[in-house]
This record gives sequence, C-alpha cells and structure tokens, in this order.
Amino acid sequence: MTRILIKGNEAFAEAAIRAGCRHYFGYPITPQSEVMEYLARRMPEVGGVFIQAESEVAAINMVYGAAATGARSMTTTSSPGFSLMQEGISYMAGAELPAVLVNVMRGGPGVGSIQPAQSDYLQATKGGGNGDYRLLTYAPATVQEMADITMKAWDKAEKYRNPVLILVDGFIGQMMEAVEFKDEPATEPVEHTWAVGIRKEKRPLRRITSSHMDPADCERHNRHLKAKFDRIRKDEVAWEELYTEDAEVVLAAFGVVARVCRAVVERARKEGIKAGLIRPITVWPFPYRAFRQRVRTAKAFFVVEMNEGQMVEDVQMAVGYDAPVYFYGRNGGIVPQPNEVASELQKILAGGVTPREDRI
Amino acid sequence: MQHEVIVAGFGGQGVLLAGILLAEAALQDGKEVTWVPAYGPEMRGGTCNCTVIVSDELIASPVASEVSFLIAMNEPSLQKFGPIVRTGGTIYHDSSSGDTLLDRDDIDIGAVPAAQIAAEIGSPKVVNMVMLGALVGSSGLTTRDTLVSVMEKQLVGEKARFVPLNIQALDAGIEIARQHAKKSGK
Repeated sequence: MTRILIKGNEAFAEAAIRAGCRHYFGYPITPQSEVMEYLARRMPEVGGVFIQAESEVAAINMVYGAAATGARSMTTTSSPGFSLMQEGISYMAGAELPAVLVNVMRGGPGVGSIQPAQSDYLQATKGGGNGDYRLLTYAPATVQEMADITMKAWDKAEKYRNPVLILVDGFIGQMMEAVEFKDEPATEPVEHTWAVGIRKEKRPLRRITSSHMDPADCERHNRHLKAKFDRIRKDEVAWEELYTEDAEVVLAAFGVVARVCRAVVERARKEGIKAGLIRPITVWPFPYRAFRQRVRTAKAFFVVEMNEGQMVEDVQMAVGYDAPVYFYGRNGGIVPQPNEVASELQKILAGGVTPREDRI
Repeated sequence: MQHEVIVAGFGGQGVLLAGILLAEAALQDGKEVTWVPAYGPEMRGGTCNCTVIVSDELIASPVASEVSFLIAMNEPSLQKFGPIVRTGGTIYHDSSSGDTLLDRDDIDIGAVPAAQIAAEIGSPKVVNMVMLGALVGSSGLTTRDTLVSVMEKQLVGEKARFVPLNIQALDAGIEIARQHAKKSGK
C-alpha cells in the first residue's frame, strides 16, 4: 500500500468515507474546516449526503435524525461549536443513537483563540450535556491513528448504541503526515432492529426517544445505560506505554503533547534519567489501571497538557496519595516545546517544584 | 538522522507550498515526514510559516524547539526564527532587498537573491522555488530529481505548463547553494 501525505482533518474525512459514512452534517469553524472542504467534494462522488447546516445546533440534530434511521452519520467541529452541540449529544446518548463526532480543540473558554488546545478534556470525558451519560472518547496522536480510529469508530458506536467522540487538537488537525488507508472494507451497514423508517413489511412500530416521563422507567433506563458504560469501561480502555517498567518518573499526556513528551522521554533516557510515558488512547474510559500499576515503582508522575490541568485530575484519582503528581501546561493556543517540558522535568527531579494538588 | 526545517515569509509567497513539496519529496524518498502550518491570524495577511521534519525514523515530536534549516523569505521571518536555528545549522534568506544582519557566527548563513532571480526567470511567483532549490542543493534532505517528479505530479492539467518555469527556478537555487558552499569552503 502506498502512503499519502494528508492533513489530520482530511484523514478523518477520507476514513469516514471508507468506513461507510454517507451522511455528513457540519458547520465551518477553524481549525476543523478542512473536514468539510474535503467531504463537500468527496460525498457526492460516493452518492452520500453533505449538508452545511445553518448552525452547529442544526448539524447535531441532523446527525440525530440520520442516526435514528440507522445511517452512518458524522459531524465535526471545534470547541465553541462542540459546546453548541451538547444538547443534541445528550439526547443521542439518551435515545441510544450511534454516530461519530469529532472535536478539533482550540483555545477557550468562549471564543478563545483558533490555535491548538486541549481544554475540552473535562467537557468530553465527564459529560458536556445534561444527564448521566458518557461518550467513548478517543484521543489519537498521529494522523495515521486518526484514520485508523475513525475507520473503526462506527463499529464501536453501533455496538454500544452510543455516540463515539474523537478528541484532537488543532495541531494534529492541521498537520500533514503520511497515512496508509488500510484496505479492509467497512463492516457492511447492518439492518438495525431498532432503526426507524418506512415500514416495508408489517412489523411493530419503533420509537426513538430520550423521554422517560415515568420516574421508575427513567431510573430503569439510567441503570441500563450505566451497565452499558461499564461494559465500555472494561472492554474499550486503551493506552500506550513507553519505558514505564523501571521508570522513576512517569510522564502522562494525550494527543500531540504525548508526542512532545515522547521526545523528552527518549532524550532523558539517553542522559540516564529513568523516565517513562503513559499515553491514554481512550480518555474515556481513562486507563486508571495503567497508572495504578506504576505507583509502587515510580517516585513521581508528571502530567503535561495544553490547558490549566484537566486530565491531571484523573491521574490524581488513579495515583491516590501514594505518589506526587506534577503538572505543566500551556494554553490559549500555545503548544509546549520539547525544551520547556525537558527543563520542567529537570526541575522536578531536582526537587524544585511543588506537586499539583486539586483535592484541596 | 532527523532534520527540522522552517519555511517562512509573507502570506502569498508560496511558503506552505514549498514546505509541502519538500515533505512530499522526502516521503517519496522513503523518509518519515511531518508538515505543520501556521494557521493563525498571521496567514490572514502578514507573515506565514510551516515546519517540516524529515527523519529516517518515526517522528516523536512534530513540535521543534530548535531547527536545522531556516528558509527566510523576508526580514521579519529571519529575525523571528533565526535565533532557534541550532549551532551548525543553516539559514538561506532572500537578500534581494538588501543586506541582512543576524548576530550569529555559529551557523551558516547563505544569501540568495531569490526575488531578483525569479524576476529574471520571468515570474515573481517562483521565489519559493529558488529558495527551495538553495535548501535542496545544500542539505541533502531530498534530491532535485525527486522534487521535479513531485512537481510533475502536483502540477497537472492547466498547471502543467508552469513545470518548466518552476524547474528553472529550482535549478537556479541549487546553483546558488553550490556557489555558496564553494565560497565558504565546504
């Protein structure tokens, strides 16, 4: 197979086509607009539907509609747009509709900046809309991984009848890298037993709704959802580790920052510093076990993010009070440089940094 | 080996395209590459840049604190990125608009009268190709032949007629790099 040079945003788009997605609804926003640009051209070629909606609110509700008929549908946006979509996402989780959502994060809160950020981590992993729901959330770090995850995202969404979120930052959305689109054909879209549409033969009526007005019914529904989220927790958690077995300090980062940290860890190892790295591939479910496993051997954990400290809360939850957790963050659209992370690591090793503590 | 390159200049000078051609060529040579554009307000008028990393191995960080090469197509770019070129690195800058001062003697600085050469060739639009030629002629990041084949693949249909002009600009840049190397005794 040949490898082609492609932008992260375009990799989402092409992978969606190859995964059998034929319904795209979106609204332009930097830094994800290339997804729309690409699909506006590509969808008609494969007989699919591309709609530039009048707003993000409209786009997510169009996704709801298409998903209710069992069609593989998608929307992509960036931070402020993702906030606008929260109502629709909550409704989809409640109505148990599968779809794939992409948030190419930029600086916030509010309009913020158009530069790369990771400050929607809590919104993504702890629920941005109302009600008790979770989204299986992937945080790819390379353009190849963006393509691979998108290819399998609908299979996961349909398996659990829940939206799947792919969370990246503007940096990898805009970056070009070589990608090989693996030639596995998409799983054939199945006739869902729950999907609504025109009844061709006599069958019982089907209903898609997130409304459960009877409290007992609503509680039953929530328990059903909880059982499903527990299955996702157990079966879908994914992460990558580098040199963690004997690491005295374990770095933790996701997305592009994990790659910056990887370079820092490789350099530290050459200098004789026992550093390691844990990179969550799913940020929900979060790989708590991966951290817990290193508590006995690691003297410290060091979280790096493009925000003021969000994933660090999950690392603190995993590590407990058994080891100090340090944090370094840049935000507002600034990407941490390898040199500054390396120098912060030196300061931590020299004992010159106060650990991060959010459990005040 | 891993090399980081920043291509920088005014928006509209073909800064991003020069970086893409370099990345495509290196990929064709079998290297690992990353290409990262500036997509902020600066590209909406004003200065523009992209970072290309070329490596024999998987690239860990696409973010570079230091770079091996800088192509500066204007003075602000030279001043902005000159300081992050690592010791022993190389800068090629467009010298058409006069002498440029950068207070560093630990790097190789090559003056390329790119705008002037481009005008002589017949189009101010090929300044980026002259600069790319200078980089290719001295860095070993890719070869002239690979770049020419990438250009031929990218410029098709209506645009195919621009290929000879771009090759001419590329060759002029390569020649400048050759002369510069001779002069500085490399």
